[in-house]
Amino acid sequence: MKQGNRFWAWLVFGVGTTYFVLPLVATFEFSLRKRRGEYSFDAYRSVFGDPNFQATFTYSVVVAVFTILLGVLLVVPTAYWIRLRLPHLRPVVEFITLLPLVIPAIVIVFGYIRMFGSNSALPFLATARGADALLVIGYAVLALPYMYRAVDTGLRTIDVRTLTEAAQILGAGWTIIIARIILPNVLIAVLSGAFLSFAIVIGEFTMASLLNRPAFGPYLQNIGANSAYEPSALALISFAITWGCMSLIQILSRFAPRSANRPN
Amino acid sequence: MADSTMSQTASVSPGAPEISRLRLPLHWLGVTPFFIFALLFLILPTVGLIAGAFKNAAGEYTLDNIIALSQPKLAAAYWVSIQISFVSAVLGALIGLAMAVAVVRGGLPPWLRSATLTFSGVASNFAGVPLAFSFIATLGRLGVATILLRDIFGINIYSLGFSIFSFWGLILTYLYFQIPLMIVIITPAVDGLKKEWGEAAATLGATNWQYWRMVVIPVLWPSFLGTTVLLFANAFGAVATAYALTGPSLNIVPIQLFAQIRGDVLYNPNLGYALAFGMIVITGLANLFYILFQRRAERWLK
Repeated sequence: MKQGNRFWAWLVFGVGTTYFVLPLVATFEFSLRKRRGEYSFDAYRSVFGDPNFQATFTYSVVVAVFTILLGVLLVVPTAYWIRLRLPHLRPVVEFITLLPLVIPAIVIVFGYIRMFGSNSALPFLATARGADALLVIGYAVLALPYMYRAVDTGLRTIDVRTLTEAAQILGAGWTIIIARIILPNVLIAVLSGAFLSFAIVIGEFTMASLLNRPAFGPYLQNIGANSAYEPSALALISFAITWGCMSLIQILSRFAPRSANRPN
Repeated sequence: MADSTMSQTASVSPGAPEISRLRLPLHWLGVTPFFIFALLFLILPTVGLIAGAFKNAAGEYTLDNIIALSQPKLAAAYWVSIQISFVSAVLGALIGLAMAVAVVRGGLPPWLRSATLTFSGVASNFAGVPLAFSFIATLGRLGVATILLRDIFGINIYSLGFSIFSFWGLILTYLYFQIPLMIVIITPAVDGLKKEWGEAAATLGATNWQYWRMVVIPVLWPSFLGTTVLLFANAFGAVATAYALTGPSLNIVPIQLFAQIRGDVLYNPNLGYALAFGMIVITGLANLFYILFQRRAERWLK
């Protein structure tokens, strides 16, 4: 019986692994074929040398950084305050943070276009800067479920109440408590959320494309429609970025405190 | 636990020497930015769309837009979308469960387990345009696997009717993020299967099959169903993968909506809102079922 189990386990695992590894290998092989008759890294050279690649990638990195900043500014004080003072609001806040998983991104951005057009009360879309800001906001919304989860898990491992009271006795105000006591204590959780946000945002297509932003996602789509070997190179570069973000999260999680020394 | 926290908040008055009359509104100040943000950039835009779905061009309330969703092209889009999401969710859930069971229970080396989970974390986030590129390079007309199958095994999948740009091609591509998502979510539930249950079943003389049928499957069933509907919602809202793979030609709801937002191809903005409303209803229902099933599943995970 045991032996039979192991056979099936290996078989399932083997078939699954083939399905997951084959496209990566095939994509790599395809990306090397740009030069006729021999393998070369020409496709990668042409990608990295493309000024549009540099411009859109830089744009998306900047947008991702602002998204993370906005996410941290929004989530850390809220999650902290909910834990400290308003625990009965927790289900409401959790429900709101899960909404972006329920409402598809394309619907959210459709709502933005309808609500923040040039003639509206908040004309984000009237200027390019405004549209950039709206893209950052939209990405912060997309990343909200992950950011909130990460930060809330981090807060669970520290004793928020005691830390706050100790800081207050020493005369710290709220800004100092959050920025210099709470944030450093949940930094690893915040960074996990940040890297996950980065992975989600960097190649995002739908929002960027519909808001007409010169981001990496629409650039990828455009290249896919117009060239043969560069898309494969770009697919592997994207995969490497996602992989890098996830590895960093894994490495960070080793440094995270495990014990929950919270009294309740 | 929530109750004790609350009573604590009520009884313990934290060190700040403010007057309680003043502190009450200050309490709420801490979460105000979050609620304003959520209201402005998540709730109001969505509610606005939903309201728009029930209005005509003149702003009067009407059900015409919802009824107009039944016109053949849009109904077909919903139907194809539901089929693709359903098939990719069920296949993804079954294969993902099989892999999770294999890694957790199958007696494979322990490092394979963590490797699988790490890879699943990456692959479940590797959706969108780059994923489409990978599958075109693999199974496109000139893809590596297509050529290998043709030259080595003599099987020309394209003359057999397969195409990466078709229904099944899309499903094969979606599985690349559906299966890992299933693995990530279901592994804790598989972990929750206690060794003692297997031993108890064996002591009572159960065969392997009986153990599975009467213990494993009933325990995993709610988690399995819950995650399957989550995968369904996941596939239903996916735009980028399908768009990069097939272009604007494929008739599924997210792509129809994408074209509508780009250029009002339905010649009726309010019908566009109704299209979006339909998407919210379907993903909302799926998530509702997810929560219900998950609540049932948690009984066994304590």
